[in-house]
Amino acid sequence: MRFELMYESFFEIIKGVPLTLEVVFLSTIFGLVLAVGVALMRVSKNKFFSNPAYYFIYTIRGTPLLLQLFFIYYGLAQFTFIRESFLWYVLESPLFCGILTLTLSTAAYSAEIIRGGMQSVSPGYIEAGSSMGMSKMLRLRKIILPITIRQALPAYGNELILMVKATSLISIVTLMEITGIARTIISKTYAPVEIFIVAGSIYLFINFVITRFIKYAEHKVNHGSI
Amino acid sequence: MLELITFGDTGWGDELLLGMIMTIMVSTSSLAFGLVIGTLFASFKLSNSLILRAIAEFYTTVVRGVPELLVIYLLFFGGGSAVMYIAKIFGYMGYIELSPFTIGTIAVGSISGAYSTEVIRGAILAVPKGQFEAAKTLGMKKSIMSLKIIFPQVARLALPGIGNVWQVTLKDTALISVTGLVEIMRQSKIAAGSTHEPFLFYTVAIFLYLFITSISYQFFNRAESKFSKGFVRESS
Repeated sequence: MRFELMYESFFEIIKGVPLTLEVVFLSTIFGLVLAVGVALMRVSKNKFFSNPAYYFIYTIRGTPLLLQLFFIYYGLAQFTFIRESFLWYVLESPLFCGILTLTLSTAAYSAEIIRGGMQSVSPGYIEAGSSMGMSKMLRLRKIILPITIRQALPAYGNELILMVKATSLISIVTLMEITGIARTIISKTYAPVEIFIVAGSIYLFINFVITRFIKYAEHKVNHGSI
Repeated sequence: MLELITFGDTGWGDELLLGMIMTIMVSTSSLAFGLVIGTLFASFKLSNSLILRAIAEFYTTVVRGVPELLVIYLLFFGGGSAVMYIAKIFGYMGYIELSPFTIGTIAVGSISGAYSTEVIRGAILAVPKGQFEAAKTLGMKKSIMSLKIIFPQVARLALPGIGNVWQVTLKDTALISVTGLVEIMRQSKIAAGSTHEPFLFYTVAIFLYLFITSISYQFFNRAESKFSKGFVRESS
């Protein structure tokens, strides 16, 4: 075990943390907004809405994330009309492609989680709300939303951890986040075990903090403060 | 443009088909390897020994909390020397090189194994205690009890979870393409590069993965109903 090397590479690898966190943060926020929309479409009785949502979720969940990234980054760039349109500002950058891919991915997985949460709201609660003269918006805000959040939170915590792990893929399109830097150091020093321990510990620490945060949020929503 | 995906010398159809077979093979062997690890570590987690429990807990926490790509790099760069180190203990001094297939199977299999551990542990815990007690009362040997009483029930209870692990494992194999194993992902990248038609080939790859996903979904549904034969759900 080369401890000197581990110590030195720690300060190299830690430089990738801001990029990893930035990508996680942005894709999670955009993805969550999109997921609510997709989940609402998915539960709609109108086939015009529910079918596209179903196929979107089906495609994203049935294919590897790396393939989705390559499809967006290399596949779409093939067409001249895309390269000449305003879309190119987004698609020419590996960073934006990475964020876009992760946003779409987490949107599909989170939509299923949200759908599961919404379907756990028993119809009796909604009926009780309407018999008390609550408007549709008020019912959504006071009955459906709190129960959905309470139900969906544990699964959403898992999704956040999967997102942190998924950001490692953007290193394949040349972005130097934690895994990208780790890989560079491994191929320079040929010390895979040492670098794995350093980079792995950083990921475990990030995921530990997220787990704690979700536990805290679960505690909050389960004690009636929302 | 579509002649590019025909079979034969000018098209990439046969190469892509071989890539798909490779994906299926490496996913199947990874799942199998993962199930062996999963069974072993599930029994560790349920054992009375504190050390075994700690080892299993450490393994599942690390593997599930660290990116798959990092695990693959660890084994891709370090797997060969680890095997040679073990071989040296047994007196073999030669050079051993592991094929990308073997490394891929070990890497994706050990990721898959961490998830299988939890599924199998849950399934064993879900077998009613009375089943163990009844087998003991009848004077069954432990091996017979495991094989005839516990295993069939664990298989039924674990199957839906194993189905999920399979889907994750299948998608994880795309990451082995970085080590040079020519499966769907790698093959479509090669084809995209040499024809300058990335959109076409990545679209084809998406459909190939969706095809495998759909087929295996039906396979697991069928297996579930086969294993649940003669099982009546208790009404509560």
